[in-house]
Amino acid sequence: MRRRRGRVAWWLVFLIGVLYFVLPLYATFVFSLKAKPAFSAYADALSDPLFAQSLGYSMVVGIVTIFASLALIVPTAYWVQLRVPRARSLVEFVTLLPFVIPAVVLVFGLIRVYSRPPLPFTHTDLGSTFLLVAGYVVLSLPYMYRAVDAGLRAIDIRSLTEAAQSMGAGWITIILRIILPNLRVALLSGAFLTLAIVVGEFTIASFLARPAFGPYLNLLSGYEVYQPAAVALISFGLTWLAMIAIAVIGRGTRVRVQIGGAR
Amino acid sequence: MADQGALAARPGRRRSWSWLGLIPFFLFAILFIGLPISYLVLGSFQGLDGNPTLQNYAELSSPTITNAFATSIEVSLVTAIVGGFFGFLLAYAVILGGLPKVLRDALMTFSGVASNFAGVPLALAFIFTLGQLGVLTLWLRGLGINLYASDFTIYSKLGLEVVYLYFQFPLMVLIIAPAIDGLRPEWREAAENMGASSWEYWQRVALPILAPTLIGTMILLFGNAFGAQATAYQLTSGQIPLVPLLIGNQISGDVLHNPGLGYAMAMGMVIIMAGSIAVYTVLQRRAERWRR
Repeated sequence: MRRRRGRVAWWLVFLIGVLYFVLPLYATFVFSLKAKPAFSAYADALSDPLFAQSLGYSMVVGIVTIFASLALIVPTAYWVQLRVPRARSLVEFVTLLPFVIPAVVLVFGLIRVYSRPPLPFTHTDLGSTFLLVAGYVVLSLPYMYRAVDAGLRAIDIRSLTEAAQSMGAGWITIILRIILPNLRVALLSGAFLTLAIVVGEFTIASFLARPAFGPYLNLLSGYEVYQPAAVALISFGLTWLAMIAIAVIGRGTRVRVQIGGAR
Repeated sequence: MADQGALAARPGRRRSWSWLGLIPFFLFAILFIGLPISYLVLGSFQGLDGNPTLQNYAELSSPTITNAFATSIEVSLVTAIVGGFFGFLLAYAVILGGLPKVLRDALMTFSGVASNFAGVPLALAFIFTLGQLGVLTLWLRGLGINLYASDFTIYSKLGLEVVYLYFQFPLMVLIIAPAIDGLRPEWREAAENMGASSWEYWQRVALPILAPTLIGTMILLFGNAFGAQATAYQLTSGQIPLVPLLIGNQISGDVLHNPGLGYAMAMGMVIIMAGSIAVYTVLQRRAERWRR
């Protein structure tokens, strides 16, 4: 009897939680439908050239970030595990710094250092985009490193490396053809999380004056009424897709990469 | 003999060369973390005339800035405690509350999405829900409840807290779930065999085991809210004085009329974040004891 009453209480907790989570999304959807004719908010949003441009820009930046982050982290984590285990705590410490340095502080420092000679990166579009990618790679360090490190621990990299070396493989071959394929799950999960975070990111992109998706939605909300609701839902849908991809990729494994942090 | 000498010498030489493999990583860290942060640190100790000074840190006690820190800390604390408490209840409900397992998987996946669904779109979603013309606001008005008759607006501190909870809950759920999984049924059975009531089991067994994780995760939530800028910016356009917003204004144009003060404020933020992460790490280590 007491157990049953307990279960009712837990159902209640769950339903309140669901209500809180679903209401804002549902309300946004209802709000977006107020534009007449029905669904014109979505049609307008999708036909706005700036929508495609900013989303495209953010996607490209996200993909470049993923490759840059992997190029930096995979060899480093591999090397730490194989050759310099003494450096592990130092490397780990560095990868956790983004938890201590909020994005707004990071971009503050980046702008002050790289906006004047001898390193005037922010004076050109390409330079600013480069800084943006660098900032995003920094943000990706904690979960990317953890994912790769966990992936490396799960395989016997020493034996794999020695076997490859005895057959005459060089370092680049080993990393590209032996280590990377074995890290598939970890790498893909990290990649999709990076995409989910980078595509909607606002703080760094807006201070670097980049034509990215987050700043676009912010601007749009200043002069359109229903369109931003449509775009916000599309943005939520993209996050959803990335997370489902992570869940599908990680099914049956113990690699869990989900937490990117708030903005 | 000679062979042995070569073998013995090798590890040493190999180790020193091995460090070179980490150069790209550390070079990147120095360029894009070390250099920018050092700039802020050095700048925070520099007066308007360029001479070294502690004046900037003294000026952190001016009303504008203490107010911003107080508000930021309050919002982070409230959302960490409320989000932590309800996040725990929610996770407990789906794990040990006897609900179907499907709901657990659904909640975990959704939490992954929601904890990353922050910033501009999140703030907008809440404006469409609880803003003056928000869908929920209008529904409630139809039922005779006028939210905006009281002091409430979604653009207020309370409104901001309601919004922040949207990423605080799920983060709590994600982090606390493994700890709840770690509560072994045997412990409860043992307690019941010895005649403990449900309350006694919680008070004497479950809570003491969970406490470090619970408190640690709430501290993590605190940092999570404290560092957030985009959500607050979109929601309040700077109406509520929060530290990240003030720093943002300082980046765009020297609103404090003292660059050094801006840097000192950024340092204050980093110090608070570092403190909370340090406490979290200590508590996490303590929690590990029960993990195996």
